[in-house]
Amino acid sequence: MSTPDLAAGRRLLLRDFLASHLPVAGLADDQDLFESGHVTSMFALELVVFVETTYGVTVESADLELDNFRTVASILALVDRKLGG
Amino acid sequence: MTVAVVGAGVIGRGVAQAVLQAGLRVVLVDRSRDALHQAATAIRRGLLADRLRRPGAGPDAETLLTRLTCTSDLGGAGAAALVIENVVEDPAVKADVYRRLDAVCPPATVFLANTSAIPIAALAAATRRPARVVGVHFMNPVALRPAVELVRGPETGDEAVRAVEELLDRMGKRAIQVGDAPGFVANRVLMLMVNEAARVLDEGTAAAETIDRVFTECLGHAMGPLATADLIGLDTVRATLLVLRDRLGDERFEPAPALTRLVAQGRLGRKTGRGFHDLSARVHA
Repeated sequence: MSTPDLAAGRRLLLRDFLASHLPVAGLADDQDLFESGHVTSMFALELVVFVETTYGVTVESADLELDNFRTVASILALVDRKLGG
Repeated sequence: MTVAVVGAGVIGRGVAQAVLQAGLRVVLVDRSRDALHQAATAIRRGLLADRLRRPGAGPDAETLLTRLTCTSDLGGAGAAALVIENVVEDPAVKADVYRRLDAVCPPATVFLANTSAIPIAALAAATRRPARVVGVHFMNPVALRPAVELVRGPETGDEAVRAVEELLDRMGKRAIQVGDAPGFVANRVLMLMVNEAARVLDEGTAAAETIDRVFTECLGHAMGPLATADLIGLDTVRATLLVLRDRLGDERFEPAPALTRLVAQGRLGRKTGRGFHDLSARVHA
């Protein structure tokens, strides 16, 4: 399990990214990003690139099938697992 | 069936991804190993993103990637039934690539010329198989654009067009056939629009964001002209304008100072994180 500071840092980076890519105010951690109604067609790719380059992880097809990219909380949990934190 | 994709830039990567998703084998060729390495990463990410957007049946990214071969040897295109050329928008470079492809590919191999503005007649003339050269203009981002411009050169044969249409169909792309003229339709109109938007910026009439807002909010365009330019790549936009200027003999296509300046500074748009707009949070895969 990652330390509170590390987790907070990762969350902040993700929320910053989402703030500039999704015109949705007050996004909740358990809110479905893809159903927020304002996802551009390029968002999925931007999100994959962001997660890989920011957290240094490699996203695999198996990760997609588990709906790990649906919410802020699930993305952070995925990153946490992949970094063995 | 194997398709060769020559040129692993932004468009080449998108085309390679679409061909893989069509269930075909791809040989991706680029003289730069660096570009090939980046392309492989971009293609992998593109396949994953596509699955995120459209969950469904079909082989996963890892499986599709086993059908991708990357090589800096143009000879690798020899095994393909069709070759999709997407090298830099430079008439001399393209002519050289076509001459070399002509030498390594069997006579029946079809060449898809993915050029922004050079007439297919000119590209076909660089080969000994003009009947088998078909213009196919893919636009960026390839994964998200359901249609392409299809251009027949004066000597393009029906059989080649049929083969291309079949491939495009498998790739999930609709072919919109247009005449063989500089810039065809899309770039003949769009490049001038982008260039004028850059002049509006130069003249201080409005800031970049404002210019784009007029198009998105007043006119309902999905994206303003300057954001569109950033997406295409300012180096490509400038190169296309120069081709149009030279072929049409029309000074209106002289690249605007703002465009030339940004390209000189290496601010090429999404692929470098900065263009007309600051996209540092949105690096292109």
